[in-house]
Amino acid sequence: MDTFVQQLINGLTIGAIYALIALGYTMVYGILRLINFAHGDIYMVGAFVGYFLSFQLGFAAGPSLVGLSVVLVGSMIAAALVGMAIERFAYRPIRKYARMTTLITAIGVSLLIENLFVAKLGAAPRAFPQLLREQSYTLFGNAAISKSQILIFAVSVLLTLLLQWVIFKTKVGTAMRAVSFNLNSAKLMGINTDFIISFTFALGSALAAAAGVLTAQYNPQIDPLMGIITGLKAFVAAVLGGIGNIPGAVLGGLLIGIAETFVVGYGQNVGVPTTFRDAVAFAILILVLLFRPTGLLGSTVQEKV
Amino acid sequence: MLSLDNVSVNYGAIEALTGISLHVDKGEVVTLIGANGAGKTTTLRTITGLLQPRDGKISFEGEDIGGRPTHRLVAKGISMAPEGRGVFANLSVRENLQMGAYLKKDKRAIASEMERVFQMFPRLKERESQKAGTLSGGEQQMLAIGRALMSQPRLLLLDEPSLGLAPLVVHTIFEAIDEIKSKGTTILLVEQNAHAALKHSDRAYVLETGRIVMEGSSKQLAVDPRIKEAYLGE
Ligand SMILES: Nc1ncnc2c1ncn2[C@@H]1O[C@H](COP(=O)(O)OP(=O)(O)O)[C@@H](O)[C@H]1O
Ligand SMILES: [Mg+2]
Repeated sequence: MDTFVQQLINGLTIGAIYALIALGYTMVYGILRLINFAHGDIYMVGAFVGYFLSFQLGFAAGPSLVGLSVVLVGSMIAAALVGMAIERFAYRPIRKYARMTTLITAIGVSLLIENLFVAKLGAAPRAFPQLLREQSYTLFGNAAISKSQILIFAVSVLLTLLLQWVIFKTKVGTAMRAVSFNLNSAKLMGINTDFIISFTFALGSALAAAAGVLTAQYNPQIDPLMGIITGLKAFVAAVLGGIGNIPGAVLGGLLIGIAETFVVGYGQNVGVPTTFRDAVAFAILILVLLFRPTGLLGSTVQEKV
Repeated sequence: MLSLDNVSVNYGAIEALTGISLHVDKGEVVTLIGANGAGKTTTLRTITGLLQPRDGKISFEGEDIGGRPTHRLVAKGISMAPEGRGVFANLSVRENLQMGAYLKKDKRAIASEMERVFQMFPRLKERESQKAGTLSGGEQQMLAIGRALMSQPRLLLLDEPSLGLAPLVVHTIFEAIDEIKSKGTTILLVEQNAHAALKHSDRAYVLETGRIVMEGSSKQLAVDPRIKEAYLGE
C-alpha cells in the first residue's frame, strides 16, 4: 500500500484540479447567485479543445514544453469564449426571472453540451496525447511525484495567484467584487455590469479548461461525459469552502481531493470500500449542508440584502 | 438640464408614478419631498435608468435619455447616492471611491478628486483602508455621497441622505450639500426631512401617491400652510 505522503500527494493532485474548477463555480455564484451546472462541461470542452489542438498543430507527435503551453493557453481561450457565449445566449435573457428558471436552464445547457459532444464525437474515451515527457521523482525515500503532478501543482498555484491578483488588485477585479455585492450600486458607478458578468464567465471557464488539459496529462482518458462527476465534486468543493468565497474554493477542492484519495487508500481499514470514492464528496456535501451551510470560509452573516 | 415629461412607472400592474413632470435647471438644488411610499425613490431610479418608464419622456441636456442603460447615463454626467447608501460593504473606503471614478481614466484627476472628497469628509480619510461595512451609518452616507462625486457629475441625485442619522450628522450632510452646490453641481434631493430639504434647496416638488401635487420655490413652500401641516408638523 502507498505511504501516507504518497496518498497526500495524489490527493492534492486531484484536489488542485477540483480547486481550479471550483473557482469558476464560486465566482459565477458570487456574481449572479447562479449555480452554473454547465461548468463541469466546460472542463470537458477544455480537454477536447486541447486534444484537437494537439493534433491540428502537430504537438501530438511528441512531448514539448512549447506544445504543452500552446495547447493549454489555446484551450483556455476557447473555453473562455464558450463560457461567454453560454452566459450571453442562455443566462442573460433569463436573468430577471426566478432562480428556479435559471437553475433549470443551467441543467439544460449542461445536457445540451454533453449530448452535442456525444452526437458529434461518440461516447468512447479517447487517449489524450502526451505533451509532457513523463518522469517520476522520489520524495522522502518512500513516495514518488510525477512530472505531470508537478505540472498540475505549478500551473494551478500560478493560476490561483493570478486570479487572486486580478480580483483583489485590478480595477476590473474590484468591479467584480462590487457587482457581486450590489448590482444596482455597481451600475450607478458607471460599471457595465453585463461586461463584468461576461468577464467572470470567461475567467472561470479558462480555469476549468486548464483543469481539463492538466487532468489529461495525468490521466489521459477523455470523453464527453467526463465533466459530470468531476464537475459535481468541484461544485461540492465550492460549497464546502463557502460558495462565493475564492480561497474557500481552493481549500474545498484540496480537501475533497484528499478525502477521496484517503477513502481509496485507507477506507478498507475502517470498513469503507474503495468503491465509495465518488460518494465521499456527496457525503461531505450533506454534512456541510447540515452543520455549516455557509461552508468553511463563508461568512456566517448573510451579506446580501 | 433635466426634465421629466408626463412620466409614468409601474411595478408590474401597480402604478407607482402617474404622469409626473418636473425639471431641474443648471446650478439649482431642487428637492422632491413626500411621505414614505409616495414614489420618490421610484422617480430617481427611473431617471438613472434602473427602472424603465411605461410612458413619458425623460431628457438630460436636451437629449432623450429614456431606455439608456445606467452606466451610459453615468458617462453623461448623472450620478446618484441611492437610498440606503448602497456602499460596497466588502470593499474598502478607498476602493468604494475608486469605483465611483470607474469611468475616469486620468489617475491624477482621480487622486485629486479623492482629495476633495476627503477634505469634505475628513472622517473618510481616517477610515480610508477600512471595509465600508465597518463604517457607521453617517460615515456610510458620507461615503455614498463622496463616491457619487468621484465621477464629477453635472447632476447629482441624492435619495434621503439624512435618513436614520443623528442630528449632528444630518447637519454635516446638509453642509456638504451646500458646498457641492456652491461648486456648481446641480442637485436633485429627495427627502422626507422636509424642513431641512426646503431650507437647503431653491425649488421643491411635493409628491403624493405617485403624483406631483405642488411645486414652487422652497421659500414659498416652507411657509405654505398646507405644507406646514402635512410635512413640517406645525
Ligand atoms: N420593487 C417594488 N415592487 C413593487 N412595488 C414597489 C417596489 N418598490 C416600490 N414599490 C411601491 O411603489 C411605491 C413608491 O415607492 P418608493 O418610490 O420607494 O417611495 P418613496 O421613495 O417615496 O418612499 C410604493 O407604494 C411602494 O410600495
Ligand atoms: Mg424612498
